[in-house]
Amino acid sequence: MAEQALRKAPLGGFHGGSAVAHVTAAGPASRLSLRAGADAVSALSKALGLDLPTRPKTSASSDGRHALWLGPDEWLLIDENGADLAALAAKADVLHSAVDVSHRNTAVLVSGTKAAVAIASASPHDLSPAVFPVGACARTVLGKIEVVIFRTGEQDFRVECWRSFAPYAFGLLAEGAEDAGL
Amino acid sequence: MLLIYCPYCEEERSELEFRHGGDAHIARPTNIADITDEEFAEFFFLRDNPKGLIFERWRHIHGCGRFFNAARDTVSDKFYASYKAGEPKPDLSAVHPATEKTVETYEATEGTAK
Ligand SMILES: [Zn+2]
Repeated sequence: MAEQALRKAPLGGFHGGSAVAHVTAAGPASRLSLRAGADAVSALSKALGLDLPTRPKTSASSDGRHALWLGPDEWLLIDENGADLAALAAKADVLHSAVDVSHRNTAVLVSGTKAAVAIASASPHDLSPAVFPVGACARTVLGKIEVVIFRTGEQDFRVECWRSFAPYAFGLLAEGAEDAGL
Repeated sequence: MLLIYCPYCEEERSELEFRHGGDAHIARPTNIADITDEEFAEFFFLRDNPKGLIFERWRHIHGCGRFFNAARDTVSDKFYASYKAGEPKPDLSAVHPATEKTVETYEATEGTAK
């Protein structure tokens, strides 16, 4: 009988893509679903060490930690170094809701000259640089599932999805990446 | 594919991100315990189903998550305006003619043709 639970990466062993759009599984990260009113934003920003964005589709990043605007009172926080974001948020003595979703989500990284084309094969969101520049983020749909798309570079995207949908998201993106290379 | 303007995201987004939420501006009676069953049914179940301009609730469920209101033409599907929840109905008389009052229900068109 196993003495301890083993952590298994949801996309362990997955590989795909093409020369123009690489599709890879993102490494583990801690994540926080944060809800708060406008009056709590400055205290939470201080506690989390970055300015929570208050404009649609914008994000803030600092040392591998990202705050993504999802709605007028909602953010997705991602820390690639695995910091305990809920504990940090709890230091702010203001009304807020913080739910650790580190293991609810996983992410697929799409990069390359045609990364946007690969994603656009399954998502209606406009990813052109004029309206979706580096740092832009948005919750939208990819095929039949909900995702958060975050542009981390000119040719680099992070696609956050729910863990149980990850093989579906990866498959769609890998297929889109192959088509983009034709 | 329809593009719907979300007043919270401040841009047009694909209809795939939205969910329809029924008629807007339906006010709950303040004297709900006093009204008759018929009056309650009128408030709770019955909607006008207009041909033409309609004010509806929509939710940007796969985007910012917010409910908002929109004015749409039920014939052409054209969206005339989107505005935040809680804001009053916009005046659209300049861009849209008055809605036809005729309602084509089964009863109205087929009810007597037995
Ligand atoms: Zn929105």
